[in-house]
Amino acid sequence: MSGADGAVPATSGPLLATRGLTRHFRIGGLRGHTLHAVDGLDLTIAEREIVALVGESGSGKSTVARLLAMVYRPTSGEIVFRGQSVSSFKRRRDLLGYRSQVPMVFQDPFSSLNPAHTIGYHMERGLKLHRPELDREGRRSEAERVLQLAGLVPPSAVLAKYPFELSGGQRQRVGFAQALSFKPKLVLADEPVSMLDVSIRIGLLNVMTSLRDDQHVSLLYITHDIASARYVSDRVLVMYAGHLVEHGPTDEVLHQPLHPYTRLLLSAVPDPRAELKVTSSDLGEPPRVVGPGEGCRFRWRCPLAQDVCGRVTPRLQEATPGHAAACHVTVPGPAAGAAPAAQGARLPGDA
Amino acid sequence: MSPQAPLPPPSAAEAPDVAAPRTASGPVLSVQDLSVSYWGGAGPARAVDQVNLELAPGEFVAVVGESGCGKSTLLFSIAKLLTPPAEVTGGQVVFGGQNMVAMTDKQLRAVRWRGMSVVMQSAMNALNPVASVRAQFADAMKAHGERRKDVVLARSEEVLRMVGIDPVHLSSYPHQLSGGMRQRVMIAMALLFSPELILMDEPTSALDVVAQRSLMVQVKQLQAQLGFAIIFVTHDMSLVSHFSDRVVVMYAGQVVEQSPTRPLFDGPMHPYAQGLLEAFPSVYGPRVPLLGIPGNPPDLAQLPQGCNFNPRCPRATDRCRAESPRLVELGDRRVRCLLYEPGGTDGAKP
Repeated sequence: MSGADGAVPATSGPLLATRGLTRHFRIGGLRGHTLHAVDGLDLTIAEREIVALVGESGSGKSTVARLLAMVYRPTSGEIVFRGQSVSSFKRRRDLLGYRSQVPMVFQDPFSSLNPAHTIGYHMERGLKLHRPELDREGRRSEAERVLQLAGLVPPSAVLAKYPFELSGGQRQRVGFAQALSFKPKLVLADEPVSMLDVSIRIGLLNVMTSLRDDQHVSLLYITHDIASARYVSDRVLVMYAGHLVEHGPTDEVLHQPLHPYTRLLLSAVPDPRAELKVTSSDLGEPPRVVGPGEGCRFRWRCPLAQDVCGRVTPRLQEATPGHAAACHVTVPGPAAGAAPAAQGARLPGDA
Repeated sequence: MSPQAPLPPPSAAEAPDVAAPRTASGPVLSVQDLSVSYWGGAGPARAVDQVNLELAPGEFVAVVGESGCGKSTLLFSIAKLLTPPAEVTGGQVVFGGQNMVAMTDKQLRAVRWRGMSVVMQSAMNALNPVASVRAQFADAMKAHGERRKDVVLARSEEVLRMVGIDPVHLSSYPHQLSGGMRQRVMIAMALLFSPELILMDEPTSALDVVAQRSLMVQVKQLQAQLGFAIIFVTHDMSLVSHFSDRVVVMYAGQVVEQSPTRPLFDGPMHPYAQGLLEAFPSVYGPRVPLLGIPGNPPDLAQLPQGCNFNPRCPRATDRCRAESPRLVELGDRRVRCLLYEPGGTDGAKP
């Protein structure tokens, strides 16, 4: 394994946790606004757990993935991976070690592979970088092993193929195989199936659950499709406008959604078996995250919004153990928003 | 409703010269035995295989199927947007009394946008990233004969309002808009000339569920208001379940099932349609492992013997491997499966 891994003792805590993770972007030239992509996010991911991060475009979920993958540096807050703060990694070796343990699978299988090279080349490159201990033979057998795990058979034939010879679903399996070849602890999967046909998606989702069950890998599954989140995940985190608005065990969140936004998401899932109930007036417009100020960021779209929602940002409150939501109306806290320090005390996932 | 002098719809412009007697309730579009092939090294790949489709005015028809089933090719051939190596090898597309397949570019110019417009899948790629929305709207209108600046501006503002976007966004560039807004801008653009028919190629596939839902609701409302017909191509069958009047399921270039929407979702007949419907994880039902449809769609240049779907079909029999099924008419539905033909698959009825 990589150098960083040797230095990090396995702890009994969560595999990965973030504390007050925040990322702002400066936009708009001279006038200068700040876009709050992610604000004060506390999340935990345990070992062998699939956590679904659900939200619509602009909710900041992809920014979270990029922060965790260290594509972006956080504006503030920290990421703790196996007990060590990731921002303390300065040396290339440590960063590389982290990245091999927390690889990312991208959304678009059509642009994430180089059309001029074979699958074997793509596998080889990653292995050379992240698994320097392997020799040529070792790399080949490792590549075949992970391709097989991702459901690509026969692996030796797949290695010789070019991306155009594979379907979208197969290419995305290559993405998972690549991630898997680094011996990861946590795979960040940013909308891995949204570009695929509905009929192909299930196969990929099944690959994800088998990675958890057989390879003991955790996954952060980022999606806007709450139905597929339910199919694979152990826990669901719902994000809106850079805030975590609800989290809890998957079935609990889906069957007793606390936050109005979660309810909106659920109502938008097309169910061919049900009658069309709502002709919702909600446009699905992206959240206002440029200079949002104080207050609940969902209030403009919220059917339950009250005065307090415009004044005080709601904090996550546990309704039942492990299931929390940030809403003044559905989960009125004892002192809604009165104690900013209270947030630190209630780490999401502290079940 | 349009501020510009409305042109007579192309349908009324000329007396029908081929087929389809045009009455008030006649079809707006009639696709007859249309076949399209892609010419490649492995021989012709038949992406559209003798497809028949009629569209009544104001009707919403969804065409569903997996990638590579020919659904987008069908749409492109209707719009006459095919480029080599794709070629129409047979049949015709009658729109407004004219056969689109035989039209010259000049004739097409009169039909496109005014009679029929297309909303492409990826609005990010379909919109020009270095031109404002206003410039692109003006460009489209200029290309189709409307040059008066005030008319162009008024109409641009009007269509943007129709799709629920504040006209201030006329000066926005595509990157400043969200995915949902870009897709709405595309739809607004398609509405510039109030066409009779709008072809939509997976317009919502890049959107998340909430935006997707709202876009569908909006399209439906606009349709009720303006009365255009829609052909909506998608791989996500559940998406159209509440919005389309009719669904056409395609597999390997062929129509395998065609049905009014509700009966199809209540009881899909073709095993492929059944498989498609079962590929959706449910939000409320029991959490059961799903399989989707095993395997991949066939190579269109090397189709299997017999029924195209037989290698993936859970109910395939020897007869399916030998004999190609016909499209059987059953009431207002049509299905291409031996299960529904006389003799069935060894007498086994579904």
